[in-house]
Amino acid sequence: MSNSNSSPVAFVRETFLDEQPAPTSAAGPVKWVKDNLFPTWANALLTVVALYMVYVLLSSSMPWLLSGVWNAESLAGCREVLDGQTGACFAVLTERWNQLLFGFKYPPDQYWRPTLAFALMFAALAPVLFFDLPRKLLIVTALFPFVAYWLIWGGTILAPIFALLGVIAGYVVYERFVKGSFAAGFLGGVAAAFVVWIIGGMLIPEGASENALLSAVPSRDLGGFMLNMMLGLTCVSLSVPLGIALALGRQSDLPLIKVICVVFIEFIRGVPLITLLFVASVMLSYFFPPNTGVDLFLRVVIMITMFSAAYIAEVIRGGLAALPKGQYEAADSLGLDYAQAMRLIILPQALKISIPGIVNVAVGLFKDTVLVSVISMFDLVGMIRGPIVASTDWNGIYWELYLFASVLFFVVCYGISQYSQWLERRLATDHR
Amino acid sequence: MSLEGQSLRQFDSASKWSGKTVCSKADIQEEVIMKKTVFLGALTVAGLAAGVAAAGTLDDVKARGKLNCGVTTGLVGFAAPDANGEWSGFDVAVCRAVAAAVLGDGNAVEFVPTTGKTRFTALASGEIDMLARNTTWTFSRDVDLKFTFVGVNYYDGQGFMAPKELGVSSAKELDGATVCIQTGTTTELNLADFFRANNISYEPVPIETNSEAQQQYLAGACDVFTTDASGLAATRATFENPGDHILLPEIVSKEPLGPLVRHGDNEWGDAVRWTLNALITAEELGVTSANIADMSASAGNNPEINRLLGTEGNLGEMLGLSADWAKNAIAVSGNYGEIFEKNIGESTPIGLARGLNAQWTDGGLIYSPPFR
Repeated sequence: MSNSNSSPVAFVRETFLDEQPAPTSAAGPVKWVKDNLFPTWANALLTVVALYMVYVLLSSSMPWLLSGVWNAESLAGCREVLDGQTGACFAVLTERWNQLLFGFKYPPDQYWRPTLAFALMFAALAPVLFFDLPRKLLIVTALFPFVAYWLIWGGTILAPIFALLGVIAGYVVYERFVKGSFAAGFLGGVAAAFVVWIIGGMLIPEGASENALLSAVPSRDLGGFMLNMMLGLTCVSLSVPLGIALALGRQSDLPLIKVICVVFIEFIRGVPLITLLFVASVMLSYFFPPNTGVDLFLRVVIMITMFSAAYIAEVIRGGLAALPKGQYEAADSLGLDYAQAMRLIILPQALKISIPGIVNVAVGLFKDTVLVSVISMFDLVGMIRGPIVASTDWNGIYWELYLFASVLFFVVCYGISQYSQWLERRLATDHR
Repeated sequence: MSLEGQSLRQFDSASKWSGKTVCSKADIQEEVIMKKTVFLGALTVAGLAAGVAAAGTLDDVKARGKLNCGVTTGLVGFAAPDANGEWSGFDVAVCRAVAAAVLGDGNAVEFVPTTGKTRFTALASGEIDMLARNTTWTFSRDVDLKFTFVGVNYYDGQGFMAPKELGVSSAKELDGATVCIQTGTTTELNLADFFRANNISYEPVPIETNSEAQQQYLAGACDVFTTDASGLAATRATFENPGDHILLPEIVSKEPLGPLVRHGDNEWGDAVRWTLNALITAEELGVTSANIADMSASAGNNPEINRLLGTEGNLGEMLGLSADWAKNAIAVSGNYGEIFEKNIGESTPIGLARGLNAQWTDGGLIYSPPFR
């Protein structure tokens, strides 16, 4: 063939040219900037204005942040160090660090106890939040409330042990009777738990807490961010089951249950949280004789739990309503009874739909715990508004403290929100 | 009366609320009230009855071994816990003195922080034995809320603060000024009265809390900032350049602050009243924390000091306390003058002058009935 071609090819490239980088105007940062920041005149103008705004913000806040004073005895001391320069006085955070986290009355040599409880909290939450972990880890979760109670409040170890025994007795009775009917198992379990608690309460000797291994710390000595975390965690974990029960009760065919649930939900949702807190702290002390009555922390927990349970119930009702009727009928046609149908068919789907709403309520609830500062409980904001700003040393300081509080709350709330997004992706089984 | 934002307004609603329920106990036949609040009233009566049944607060405190004393959640100079959680302040010193008089130990106090919203119910419900929380003695609190003010430990009044560069030396020169004022408080009403009485005009800048007021005032949102004089002094002390601001001489309202107890328990009321009087008398007679040990060791020349310190007579026994009750009370943090100087006096950042709170012998209003 080649011979028949009289004019030989002058040049044949035998190798490929090396790849050349694209021209700078068509790729890389220049193109990105051109495409995204300056595609049109209007956008270019907006970019310039935005850059200017960022510059103004940073140039006014960064010197303040970066030249902050971290070591001083008082606000006056800070100003001495700054000597007329702009700068934050973060010394208040270092000096009052423990008070911001634990309140001003928790015994300082016992700070390790709430810290340990905080660390255990992660171990306890992990199997609940990440259900790929071995199910046996749930034992840690089940034990956590009792251990944490003992660590934080101290006192006799008998109290949490009897509380735990009561729960175990209740569970055993429930397991035994639930095969007959759910109601018998449930009510029997509750009754058994109460019997154990009452007997246990009588068995604990008077003054058992006085020489206990961990010294007792009364509720009014709790404070700081610890109190926010405790209230948030307790109330969220209590209000989710209560909310589910209320949502199911609202759909019940039994008029009595339905009316109770509807009245409860509508009443609680129609009342501001702060009025409920006032009832808990102020009104109830009128009704109890002096020196008796329920612990203030418990009263507040009950009120916040009721409040968020009503909201969660409505969120879950939305999830229940979103399920096609066919799901209910399918459960019936399989011959499942009510408890089985709910547990196996309805709730798993309804709860999945409700996750964003529940997380929304949980985040809101966690932030609402700062409201307890108005009923003279010293949570993080209570500590800031009360003892710290009112001390002679630190009167007149605001930005640094509230900035710190917002950072703490942001970290927790952002974490919750990221978890819920992960959970939604993990549970996504539908085709969108 | 308050550095804290809303306490006066809160008091208004508190007085309405508890006023009604307390009435329903006293005039139990008054059906007009009872009809409206029959349920609430009945429960309240039950609660109050339980409180009254435990009357004899003095015995309760002795049996408990601790005094439950209501204080503010934090007010500069008057009550605040320090970095170690120890309470100190002008009002706190009264609590400690009472604890020392009754129990012999100035640290046998459980400080119960109360807000403007919770203070009166805490006292009425028996949660606290006494309230020492910069509370103004007013007619309605005494009569309608059924509390007994045992005396006055600080005479306050509403004043004005202005920047020096404004060039005013009297509040009467403030015609047309903008005034930062906490809304819903009696200070707002006092302000209106003052300007109307002097026939000058002003423009109010409503502010929610005291800390907001500080910021607004410093930012120049208003020419003048008005609140209680002690609060103004404390606020000014926190400024970067306190010297640039002056407190105007006019005081336009009366705010006598003092400790209070529940109505109807006179033994306890007497114990608190005379502890406060002992502190005041000690200053008048020159008994200080420095010389009290010597003076109380044996009877001296001055019979009133002897009676006060229990080296002569039986005043302590009459009160149901030990003979050295007043000595204990004074030994905790000194006499009235020492307490004042240490917490809010001119040597502290707050820097309040004695003014009205000087002894009557120095032209002030602080005056104790004689120990006889």
